[in-house]
This record gives sequence, C-alpha cells and structure tokens, in this order.
Amino acid sequence: MTAVLEARDVFKEYHPRGLLGRSRVVRAVNGVSLSLDAAETLGLVGESGCGKSTFARLAVGLERPTAGEVLHGGRALSEPGASRDRELRRRSQIVFQDPFGSLNPRMTIGDSVAEGLVIHRLVPRAGLKDRVAALLGEVGLAAGDADRYPHEFSGGQRQRIGIARALAVEPAFVACDEPVSALDVSVRAQIVNLLRRLQAERGLAYLFIAHDFAVVAQLAQRIAVMYLGFIVELGPAPALLRDPRHPYTRALISAVPTPDPAARLERIVLTGDPPSPTALPPGCPFVDRCYHPSRDERCRAERPVLRPVGAALAACHYAEIAPVPSSTRKP
Amino acid sequence: MSALSVSNLRVRFPRRRGEGWFHPVDGVTLSVEPGEMLAVVGESGSGKSLTCLALLRLLPPPGEIAAGSAIRVDGADVLALDAEGLRQLRGGKVGMVFQDPAASLDPLYTAGAHVIEALRAHHRLTAAAARARAIELLREVGVGRDRVDAYPHQLSGGQRQRVMIAAALAGEPTLLIADEPTSALDVTVQAQLLDLLGELRARRGMAILFVSHDLALVATRADRVTVMYAGKVVETGPTSALFADPAHPYTRALLAATPSLNEPDRVIEPIPGGVPDPKAWPPGCRFHPRCAARFEPCDTREPEWFPLGAERHAQCWLHGNANGDP
Repeated sequence: MTAVLEARDVFKEYHPRGLLGRSRVVRAVNGVSLSLDAAETLGLVGESGCGKSTFARLAVGLERPTAGEVLHGGRALSEPGASRDRELRRRSQIVFQDPFGSLNPRMTIGDSVAEGLVIHRLVPRAGLKDRVAALLGEVGLAAGDADRYPHEFSGGQRQRIGIARALAVEPAFVACDEPVSALDVSVRAQIVNLLRRLQAERGLAYLFIAHDFAVVAQLAQRIAVMYLGFIVELGPAPALLRDPRHPYTRALISAVPTPDPAARLERIVLTGDPPSPTALPPGCPFVDRCYHPSRDERCRAERPVLRPVGAALAACHYAEIAPVPSSTRKP
Repeated sequence: MSALSVSNLRVRFPRRRGEGWFHPVDGVTLSVEPGEMLAVVGESGSGKSLTCLALLRLLPPPGEIAAGSAIRVDGADVLALDAEGLRQLRGGKVGMVFQDPAASLDPLYTAGAHVIEALRAHHRLTAAAARARAIELLREVGVGRDRVDAYPHQLSGGQRQRVMIAAALAGEPTLLIADEPTSALDVTVQAQLLDLLGELRARRGMAILFVSHDLALVATRADRVTVMYAGKVVETGPTSALFADPAHPYTRALLAATPSLNEPDRVIEPIPGGVPDPKAWPPGCRFHPRCAARFEPCDTREPEWFPLGAERHAQCWLHGNANGDP
C-alpha cells in the first residue's frame, strides 16, 4: 500500500542574516524519514524548538526541504508542476495551535470554511451554503455559526473551526500542530475525541504534534520523539511508553504529570539546555545532557543512527542498555 | 494564623445599561496555611484568575469586591488597607507570578533590573547592594550570573518565569500567588519550575496559592486542592483524599477528562456542555446542566457546604439531606 505521507531523509536549513550581515545556518530538521498510512496517527513529541513545527510545515508543503523528499500518496511535492497541482495540494491540510492567528478576523467563519471549497471548485456555488453547514455540524458547531466572526468564539470552538476548514477539501492527511496545547482539560478532551471520530469516519492520517505524551498516547498508534531536528526514537506507542530505549525519551516521559498523588514515578531532571541548532555537535545531539550510564567518547565522536532496537527504532549507541540514570529523583 | 484566609469573596461587575450587577466570583472561601501549597483548580471561566487579582485588589475597573467579602493576609485585613498599605502588600508580603512572563517583563529591562526594581520598592538599598541581592535571588531561582544582564527576549520561557519568581521573592513574601505559571511551557520546564516552587516553599516556609486548570499538575505537588466552578468553590480537601475519592461530580468529570500515562488505555471523556456565562449563572447548583448525577433538588436549590470528614467539604446535594434525597 502506498503511504499517505512519506518523508525521505528530509533536511531543512535556514540562513537568517545577523545584524552585521553575517549568516549562520540553523539546522532545523536533520534527516527525518518516516511514513504514515491511512487512518493512522503518528505522534511527534519534543520540546519547543526541536523542529517539530518545521517538520509539520514541510509535511504539508508549506516549506520546501533543503534536501530530501516529501511524498503524498507516492507523489513527490518537489516534482515539476506539483506546486500548481490542486489535487496534490488538497490531499494535505494543517491545523495550528492558535486557530485565532490563522483565521481572518474580517471573514465570517462560513466564508473561512468555504474558501478551500471555492478554490478547489469542489462544490457548485449554489451548494456552498449547505456544504458549509454540514461541515460545521460535523465538528460540533451550529449551522447558524456560519455568519459569525472568529472573535465571537471560545478557544475550543475556534479549534473546531480550524478543523472544519481543514476537512472542507477532503484531505487524506492532516498535520495537527499542537492543536490542544492551549486548551483546558475538558475542551482538550472534546477536541481529542472529535479528531478520533473524524479519523474513524474518514480514514484520515494524522501527524499529531504535542509536547505532552499523555495527550499523544490518547490518539497515536506510533510515536516519534524529536530532539534538535533529529528523530531519536520511533516506535509503537505502548512499547515506547513502557520501555523507552533513548535516554531523552525516558526523561520526557518522566516529566509528564500524572493525576495520581500515590503514583511512584521516576523523575529524571535534565540539566542544561539543548545545544543551538546553529552549532550541532558532531556526535550524538543529546550527549551534553545525557545521563546514560554507558555514555562515553564514542557518543561525542560518532553520531548514532536510527536503528531497530526491540519493537522500536532508536538513535543511541547504547540503546540495548536501559537508560536508567545513576541517581533518580523521586517527586 | 493562616497565611491567607478568604471568606465569601464576591467580585462584581456592572451589567450594561445599569441593570444591576453580575458576579463572576460568587462566594469563594479558602485558606492557605504557612508553608502550605494550596492548588486552586478549575476550567477557564471558573473565576480563579479574578479571585487572584481580587486578593491583591488588582481587579480591572469597573470590577469591584462586593460587600460581605473578607480577605486576610497574616491576619491583616486587606480590604481595610490604604494606598500605601496596598503598595507594601503587593510584592511585599504577597508575591505574584502570572502565566505569561513575556507580557509581565519589560523588554527594555534586563533580568537583573527587574529584580532590582522589585527590591528597591520594598527595601532601602544602595544601587550596589540591590544589584548584589538581585544576583543572589536570581541564583536562588536557578538563573546564573551570566544571565543577569540579559534582556527578556534573550531568555527562554522557563528562564523568564524564573526571573518573575526572583522578583516576586524580593519583598520576602509569606505568600506567593502563582496563576497558571507553567501553562504555556514544555512539560520538562513545567516540572523544573514546580520543583523550584517546592524548594522555595521548603526553604523559606512560604505559603503558595497555585492556580491551574490541570489536576494532573498538582496531584503530586499540592497539600490541598480547592476545585472551583462557575465562581464558587465546589470541593476542597487534602490532595490524596480528594484524588482517591472525589466527592463532587465536577471533580470526577475533570479527572475523567485528564489523560494519564499510568492508564494509557483509559479514553478521556469530555465534560458535556460548557462553562456557563457569569451574566446568567444557572439556578440551583451551577453544575447541574452538565451533571450526570443530578436529581430533584439540584436544578432549583443551591447546595450548602456539606462536611465530609477531616478538612473536606463538597457543595453538592449528593452529600446532604435535601428533600427527596435517596
């Protein structure tokens, strides 16, 4: 079966100009390969600045990779004419963390949702109103909401509008870039359930980006962990959560709060900050914050590649040895 | 004596066209003991942030504190303070940290300058002594000497929040009010800041009022939890007892909506409906339109405070003796 989304060794570099005209290279995404099937959710987890949002933009074609390829249904976004190919563009959509920032405040939400339908000529003019009403209904809004403006809606409702807008053009793949991170717990649960239902009904593939494993675990069958633009671990969600092989994954999981005061949890506190994406270390990107008991000179000298370890893929020279720190802190 | 005691706090705003008032905070009673961390948990629109602002009399006009409310900090009546008394209270006995440090920090002031300003508002210090003390306070919160002269845009979100905490410590507060201080941050940074608050509390014996929408965040950190809904406290109790056996259906619903890595197979359940509009609170129990356990008295009669053993209360008819009670 052809993958709905495939990324082949994708790199993204930026060249921001400094104050004195000096240019530095920001290496935001470094050799990411992954694929996604219909009706599947891949969770992408990492801290702010790890490149996960950049990857989402690459995945839907909002940015072009510096090297490597992104394919939708087997067709490369880089092939000649792809940028004008409406059919190809329609296949992938994106939902942002802040839907307020992505909705035009002067357009009614009905017009916002209809925009994609008009551009892609999916519905005759006469049928537009009914189609918009149906879409709003699907995401739990009222048909009458079509005449209202974005500021009249709550954060959760705006996220529903963002989802309706993405669904309008009947995509096969939706990149969800932290769609619930700014929402209250109960609204977050509503949006998670909505995404789950829409996936079941439409066979959508999701790339679901978040910094919180607990939310990702609700939706994702597989999880990828990103650090400094590298995928450091990728595997089936239950195995990765139960038995993480990369020390960074284990530290991230240990920081997730658990709604149980009796939970006896390992707490791994990472020291220092991630290195700058303008100065990647030659070896393992995580080496300076790593607490793995086996960490050695090889980690500084040689960059580990993503390789099979048990049920998952992990980019650590010592992934066979559980990353248990020498001293763990109990909360 | 409690570090903070609040009794029947009501905040009112005028309705448009002089039709009286509405009360987004409508009868909040809570207390924080010295050295204790009390978590106040509830959804957006429950009135928790307005409660925090009211404690320091920082309500945005035309909002005001209604008659019959009482707020005491270390026994002193906050509502009786004059302008100078309020100036000394804010950033003095009571420190405050908000959700968005980027909005609370002045982009033209360095990290050190923010702390120095807070210090000199409350202590007579020479410039050199203030700077030395600011460096000490920043070190106490984990901001190194090399970041003292950095501007806010040069700091990470977590570092900015640490600067805010250092400035809040300048007046040697006995109470720190932290309103969603970690909500915009990564889970790793969130955990580090909560560690820091725990250390400061232990070392300084400072009380903390920690406001959050996330029960998971406070489960292993707070001594007691107060749950707010629609301007009222619906349940309060020691953290372990409240999580083990939540008494109010709203607390239960919040927990059912909260994901847990301990139970990865439990599908989170949203709470049906939304938080009501403060201009039109529902009659009876304000949660009744969304409540799965509602019965005869709930839609007409407001539940009282029913005690549930040691230090626990719930404002729910399931725990009382209404007519028609099973």
